[in-house]
Amino acid sequence: MVLEQVMNGIMLGMVYALIAVGYSLVFGILRLLNMAHGSIYAFGAHMALFAVAMNWGLPAAFLFAIITTGILEMLMDTVILAPLRAKNAPNITCLISVIGVSYIIQNMLMIVFDSTKKTFPKLFDFGNVEIFGITLTSAQISMFLIALVFLVILTVIVNYTKVGLAMRASRENPKAANLMGIDVRKIVTFTFFLSGMCAAVAGVLVSGYYQMVYCTMGTEAGLKGFSAAVLGGIGVLYGSVVGGVVVGIAEALAVAFLGGSFRSATAYIVLFLVLLIRPSGLFGKDNVDKV
Amino acid sequence: MKKLTAMWEQTTDFLLAKKKILIPVVYILLASVPFLGLSQYFIRVLCLIGIYAILTMSLNLIAGYMGQTSMGHAALYCLGGYFSALLGSKLGWPFWITMLFGIAGGALGGLILGLSTMRLSGSYLAVITLAFAEVVEMVVLNWNSVTNGPLGVRNIPRPSIFGWELTTSNGGFYWLMLVLVTIAILVSICVVNSKFGRAVRAIKEDELAAKLMGVHTASYKVQTIVLSGAMAGMAGAFYASMNRYIDANSFNFDISMTILCIVIFGGLGSIPGMIVGSALLIAFPEVLRSLSDYRFVVYGLLLIFMMRFRPQGLLGGLSKKPYKLPAGVSRPKGQSEAERGKQVG
Amino acid sequence: MALLEVNGITKVFGGLVAVEKVEFKVNQGEIVSIIGPNGAGKTTIFNMLTGVYKVNDGTIVFDGKEIHNKQPREIVKAGIARTFQNIRLFPTMRVIENVLVGEHINVHYRFWDLLFKTKKYREEEKKAAQRAIDLLESLDLGGEIDNYAKNLPYGMQRKLEIARAIATNARLLILDEPAAGMNPQESAELKEFILKLRDMGQTILLIEHDMSVVMDISDRIYVIDHGRKIAEGLPKEIAVNQQVITAYLGSGGVKKDDDTEKENS
Repeated sequence: MVLEQVMNGIMLGMVYALIAVGYSLVFGILRLLNMAHGSIYAFGAHMALFAVAMNWGLPAAFLFAIITTGILEMLMDTVILAPLRAKNAPNITCLISVIGVSYIIQNMLMIVFDSTKKTFPKLFDFGNVEIFGITLTSAQISMFLIALVFLVILTVIVNYTKVGLAMRASRENPKAANLMGIDVRKIVTFTFFLSGMCAAVAGVLVSGYYQMVYCTMGTEAGLKGFSAAVLGGIGVLYGSVVGGVVVGIAEALAVAFLGGSFRSATAYIVLFLVLLIRPSGLFGKDNVDKV
Repeated sequence: MKKLTAMWEQTTDFLLAKKKILIPVVYILLASVPFLGLSQYFIRVLCLIGIYAILTMSLNLIAGYMGQTSMGHAALYCLGGYFSALLGSKLGWPFWITMLFGIAGGALGGLILGLSTMRLSGSYLAVITLAFAEVVEMVVLNWNSVTNGPLGVRNIPRPSIFGWELTTSNGGFYWLMLVLVTIAILVSICVVNSKFGRAVRAIKEDELAAKLMGVHTASYKVQTIVLSGAMAGMAGAFYASMNRYIDANSFNFDISMTILCIVIFGGLGSIPGMIVGSALLIAFPEVLRSLSDYRFVVYGLLLIFMMRFRPQGLLGGLSKKPYKLPAGVSRPKGQSEAERGKQVG
Repeated sequence: MALLEVNGITKVFGGLVAVEKVEFKVNQGEIVSIIGPNGAGKTTIFNMLTGVYKVNDGTIVFDGKEIHNKQPREIVKAGIARTFQNIRLFPTMRVIENVLVGEHINVHYRFWDLLFKTKKYREEEKKAAQRAIDLLESLDLGGEIDNYAKNLPYGMQRKLEIARAIATNARLLILDEPAAGMNPQESAELKEFILKLRDMGQTILLIEHDMSVVMDISDRIYVIDHGRKIAEGLPKEIAVNQQVITAYLGSGGVKKDDDTEKENS
């Protein structure tokens, strides 16, 4: 029973991890909490819904969602955040601006797609699979595997490519990176694209899993991914993955043993406890103020 | 644009110079509003503006003066509302007593939040406030035997004075709102112009430097959140009694965000900014009903434009007036009037 | 007995010994300097003195009481206040408010008093404001009280930081590289300023790189290198100390800028 719930948690946790990584990517480079990430996730799911409704088929829908969502994040950066950075605006200014973006995206989704819950097709159906005596549905397994693939792709991009190196350099010290000939603006834009990709993939996977899409789906998923990112130490990518899985497992256990109404708050309780003991998250660096 | 700001400054200077006459006049005008025969709906909107003015002044203590972002302020509002509502509807206690418990409930929430965030700041603190709000909501939703869970609390008693029951239609709630907003303003002003306010602002500017000047930073951070919680609790108690029904949804994430947006929009650290901001942002969706579908689009655009072109908010920013010394303290010699004006800014 | 006695303090950061068994004394009314190359551990010593870091070993005795490993605010109350290497004022608070924050521990009233503006509140606030103005005037900052700290020119910001420290009623001022970033003209002014503080009765402990400042105003100098004390003595003894010259070799050595000094004295 416990093991089964743990497995369920890991499956769902991978998606939280994906959302969390989206937060972490942007936070790492800009020290900005992208509060629009949840809405952008919902946007990704709706783009896929649109493509499915157009009968383009699932793979095309996936691709369409990734590209449109990535572009949306890039646009948000270029149109709204870049001018603020150019003015050296304080962090809170950017934070409030993205909250504004979040409002607009969510509200526009409601206007264009209306606020009812819409059905979304199952991603794959190859029956149930039994591993170590635990039954897992094909939806769970495909969700897990696709999320895993994208996390691996991201890891490769960040750790083993030239762009990734530039990203890491810009994260450590944007000024120095600029002097070394890295176009930090482009890197930031690219980071936003990757973050959008994470949101879109997660959005499509969760929609396929619950077979449902709705406009406010981003609020809860966003907050959960956010907690996962902070839990792992925001800005640290593997921390986000661990955070996501921890949140997933905690949630599955809470639902199984305490009841469904405890689902949404579990993530926050875990977060609360972790931050009490480690104020910078599990893998975050301590931010010591130097004299 | 420059001309406009200059005109604005002249106007405010003029108004401030006449404040001894203006304040009573404004209060008399405000107090006579219920006699104008306005619809109950209109009075209700005014009361909501008052509630948000209190809530934003409460958050302003944390965000404007202490420099920390709270994304779960509705939790403290919620605690005040539930404490007061439950004592009123389940035990039948009079509003005036339950409101005190509402204030205490908000303060208690603030204490718990404050103690658990003592070591945190910045993004982490913002997240914890959010988490705290979710946990409060979970407790409200699941502790059925006490809170009625998702059904909410009904038939919350109204306040009455010597047998006269305050309602929205007889203006009672409106007047009560004026009194409570005034209390919130006075408390905010008193706190800011004291060693307490200076210590808290010093924490915002440079926490370590404040600590090394002898400020007990951890204690002040907790105290500020407790005070803020008490104010939010007061607003919650008032709302519960006015609305006569509350559930977890009355205090959700959207409410927290609305409070935060008004604080930013009005101008961090500006008390008039909180009042004007609440009036504009709460009245706006009611005025433009036809646009109500686009309400949050307009909110969003407003925030974005504000941040781009006036990040200090409507009435925020540094004052250009000379520092107001306590009565009886003489200004330094050799500092002429003219010098005072030009130096700042 | 000395005002400040530091006995064999040691600070270890994860295996790296930053400060090892350093001892020194500061007597009432003295200007004492601690010098040493970059990374020698000077600021670490200051951080231990003011409670930012805990000491791993040794004692710090101020005015007969042990103060090491106490909270910063207890140390401020005991009578030690500091400035920072890179100015840390409260930038968007007024000049007078910066000083009032320095007075924080000497303003006594409760939350209750400020809420009801009791007599005690009014009197204490009045006293505090008057003290702040008197202090700022005595340091030639009287004309700037309304200004925001961030708008002051660099030299004045340094002065204001010192004023803020004095406002705590400190009996020992710890100045962390006050001449950093100053041109010769400004540092000559600073020198005068520090001497003036001493004449006002302050005891001063100084970390400084600018030898022209250190050599001219210090009563005694301690030299730190690699976390250890390598020399101590009068300025003229230190100037010719072979060990000190070796420690500084390559970084410009001990150099005096006689011209600027004469011009401004």
